[in-house]
Amino acid sequence: MSDVLVEVKNLTRVFDVSVPWLNRVLERQERQFLRAVDDVSFQIRRGETFALVGESGSGKSTIAKMIVGLLPASGGEIVFDGERLDTSSSAAMTRLRSRFQMIFQSPFASLNPRWRVRDIIAEPMHAFATVDGRRATERRVDELLELVGLGAADAAKFPHEFSGGQRQRIAIARALSSNPEFIVCDEPTSALDVSVQAQILNLMRDLQDELGLTYLFISHDLSVVRHMANRIGVLYLGALVETAEGKALFDAPRHPYTRMLLEAVPDLEMSGKTHSHVKGEIPNPISPPPGCTFHPRCPYRFERCPNEVPKPVPTDTGEAKCFAVEEGRI
Amino acid sequence: MASLARALDSDLAYKFRRSPVAMVAAFIVAVLIGGAVFAPFITTQNPFDPAQLNLMNGFTEPLTPNQFTGESFILGTDDQGRDVYATILYGMRISLFVGFSAVIFAMVLGVTLGLVSGYVGGRTDTVIMRIADIQLTFPAILVALLIFGIAKGITPPDRRDEVAIWVLILAIGLSEWVQFARVVRGATLVEKGKEYVQAARLIGRSSVAIMVRHILPNTLGPVLVIATISLALAIIAEATLSFLGVGAPPTQPSLGTLIRIGQEFLFSGEWWILFFPAIALLALALSVNLLGDWLRDALNPKLR
Amino acid sequence: MTDDSLLSVRDLVVQFPTRHGVLTALDGISFDIMRGEVLGVVGESGAGKSMTGSAIIGLIEPPGRIAGGEIWLGDRRIDNLSMEAMRDIRGKRIAMVFQDPLTSLNPLFTIADQLVETIQTHLRVSAREARERAIGLLDDVGIPAAARRIDDYPHQFSGGMRQRVVIALALAGEPELVIADEPTTALDVSVQAQIIDVLKRLCAERGTSVMLITHDMGVIAETADRVAVLYAGRLAEIGPVRDVIKHALHPYTHGLMGSIPTLAQEEDRLIQIPGAMPRLTDIPPGCPFNPRCPRVFDRCHVERPDPMPHGTRRVACWLYDEPQGEAAP
Repeated sequence: MSDVLVEVKNLTRVFDVSVPWLNRVLERQERQFLRAVDDVSFQIRRGETFALVGESGSGKSTIAKMIVGLLPASGGEIVFDGERLDTSSSAAMTRLRSRFQMIFQSPFASLNPRWRVRDIIAEPMHAFATVDGRRATERRVDELLELVGLGAADAAKFPHEFSGGQRQRIAIARALSSNPEFIVCDEPTSALDVSVQAQILNLMRDLQDELGLTYLFISHDLSVVRHMANRIGVLYLGALVETAEGKALFDAPRHPYTRMLLEAVPDLEMSGKTHSHVKGEIPNPISPPPGCTFHPRCPYRFERCPNEVPKPVPTDTGEAKCFAVEEGRI
Repeated sequence: MASLARALDSDLAYKFRRSPVAMVAAFIVAVLIGGAVFAPFITTQNPFDPAQLNLMNGFTEPLTPNQFTGESFILGTDDQGRDVYATILYGMRISLFVGFSAVIFAMVLGVTLGLVSGYVGGRTDTVIMRIADIQLTFPAILVALLIFGIAKGITPPDRRDEVAIWVLILAIGLSEWVQFARVVRGATLVEKGKEYVQAARLIGRSSVAIMVRHILPNTLGPVLVIATISLALAIIAEATLSFLGVGAPPTQPSLGTLIRIGQEFLFSGEWWILFFPAIALLALALSVNLLGDWLRDALNPKLR
Repeated sequence: MTDDSLLSVRDLVVQFPTRHGVLTALDGISFDIMRGEVLGVVGESGAGKSMTGSAIIGLIEPPGRIAGGEIWLGDRRIDNLSMEAMRDIRGKRIAMVFQDPLTSLNPLFTIADQLVETIQTHLRVSAREARERAIGLLDDVGIPAAARRIDDYPHQFSGGMRQRVVIALALAGEPELVIADEPTTALDVSVQAQIIDVLKRLCAERGTSVMLITHDMGVIAETADRVAVLYAGRLAEIGPVRDVIKHALHPYTHGLMGSIPTLAQEEDRLIQIPGAMPRLTDIPPGCPFNPRCPRVFDRCHVERPDPMPHGTRRVACWLYDEPQGEAAP
């Protein structure tokens, strides 16, 4: 049994964002493509939490959807426990599908409002035929509800009878019901209040310890990522600019974008830090800057940056795509 | 019991109790439907059974004793001596049967096509929606007339009366599916993007299962509204076709047929033969329509 | 109330009649905003923080209404003004910045049109002078090439730039108070930091008071002078931001601070407050926080605490009621 559970190799996703054909002809426009995910590679080890962090347009949700097979990749491959994920082969997908699950961002849209909680949680069990018979299914649903901190009496209710945090617990119970090994968590707490967020994050860690789960944790919130992840990948405009061990990334960030992100996080310690290096905004991903896409905002840029595309260079605990790091300037 | 209690406590029931218009409309609809359903028990004759008619009773004025037989009829009689009150109730049975059947047919067709169009998308969507667009450029009554004409051409003359009702249902149903398809397609596009649908796709649920079990129940609110408004339209369409003489046959007259028959006597003084069926049609269509309008507002979250 | 107070809210009560009875969305909220001060207002969704802002500017959606209390702007009472009089105050003396910049900008007019109109409504200046001022404002909020971009339409700006424009628009009438409702929530973290800096700097330069409504304690920590913590439509604690964040008195604030993951934190588990904030339909008797409170005692179930002075702060918790003599943590 290999140590790596999920391996992502050179994953790329291109969206066709062209205007309709007739308008293109009349307005003499070119076809337009958006590289939402650009040559991303990383590995997730068994039992760890790997986090992808990035701002809007960084491609983090697109990666999540490709990993669980909701969206086909334009290039590259995803290997799950030694087997290639192939969305075009339904036999292979059926085999793999029961082994991973996903928790979504919105606790309101992720549960069908017309279904009872029992049916919502039981759906994956029916889909993969993991449990036989009605009684056994109901027993399992009750178990799951208690596991996520709800009661068996909640099984007969409808989603609208619950608060946001409780709904997210139901979504977690659904994700667990097919006994997956790997769960993709796409911004699981960003729609929740902080006191509820703490409950859900604690629950997710407890479940990981108890059930030996592996998480891919996607978030825009660095503090949450800091709390949850063993290793972290930082995305900028669809490319992975830095990967590192959790603590190392926060104590000694290497890539200039990671540094800027950390500087931008509001400071609860009231140490009086400034945001002097936080500049600019994310450029339009349809026409990203040439060379290193971060160079227009980068305080360390030099002549190589606008002209060459950086390759990953090894750092202490991971790698970074930056010429300044490569040449030892920072 | 529990579900009944919940239904009575729902927001919809609360809004209903607060809307006098909806309550009056619902009352009228209930009385008319009740009258039509129980017609054999609350009338003294079946006006379409010649054995029960007395020609001597012809042209009796409302509430006036007939000069030959001395019998009195609350809404008068027509030329054949049929009690107008009974013809209205029996006629309404045909009108309502055709209306309901046509709406159910249009609903099944429209909802199915709308679901497929919205969920599958791409070329399928384009084809279905273009057909809908083209059909919308013709008035519904014209479409119904066209279908009626074709059907008449392909059925043997001796069976025409028999199939007339079914052709009517088909014609009206086919002219009203577009509304259902458009609304369901729109709702499907919204629901399709929601995460619960992604969660179902993730575990490999088939497209049919997702459409039927997940998306369909979440589009039913607007469908109910359209169905109610379509019912009013279908009743009017049926009456129009029957009035034009291409609808329900004289052996099974609907409200529209009664109005056509009645207008022949309007200028010779026997106003009641036209007037009461027309009032019944108006009350039925208007009440159903008002109910539909109320339902649309009550289910619209933006107006809450 | 001191002489320095710009806005004074006294026992504000906002109620909504519904079919289930009258809901009290805000219940006895009192606070002051000093001239030149930034007051942060935090709370979870449904705590009533946005409602407080809406009440001050007279924009509570019917059937909601102010059912009690007073709101004073300087020496003028503003909670009972007519729509016209209130419209005069909005924009001129109180300006607003909302979460979604697009709600504050008219998509059909250029930035110049909107800024010049706002400036001329509130100040007696010529069109040319107004335009000069507008460009100056855009420059101040950090829009590059302001003189050229002023003639663009809102959709031609990015999200962060739009929020800068909204801030410029809010400051155009030289208001005394800016109410900013979640001004950075829709923005990316790197843009958020810049917007906070702009808001903070400009208001400090102009001596404008700010009421900053947000769910993000980090933003409050960096921006506010004092902070008011709301819970279930009531004021739980109010005081200088450093005191509240570093040494929260109210058990709710204490739990809230502990539940926020930070970059510096080492603990494995976050402190969590069990349960969730009650809906307005079933607020428990006594202290509304009592079902979730780790330090609850008999009195909390029966008597409702009002905010009482404690050092630099006011806190609504029986633990700090002097005669009871309970020790502070």
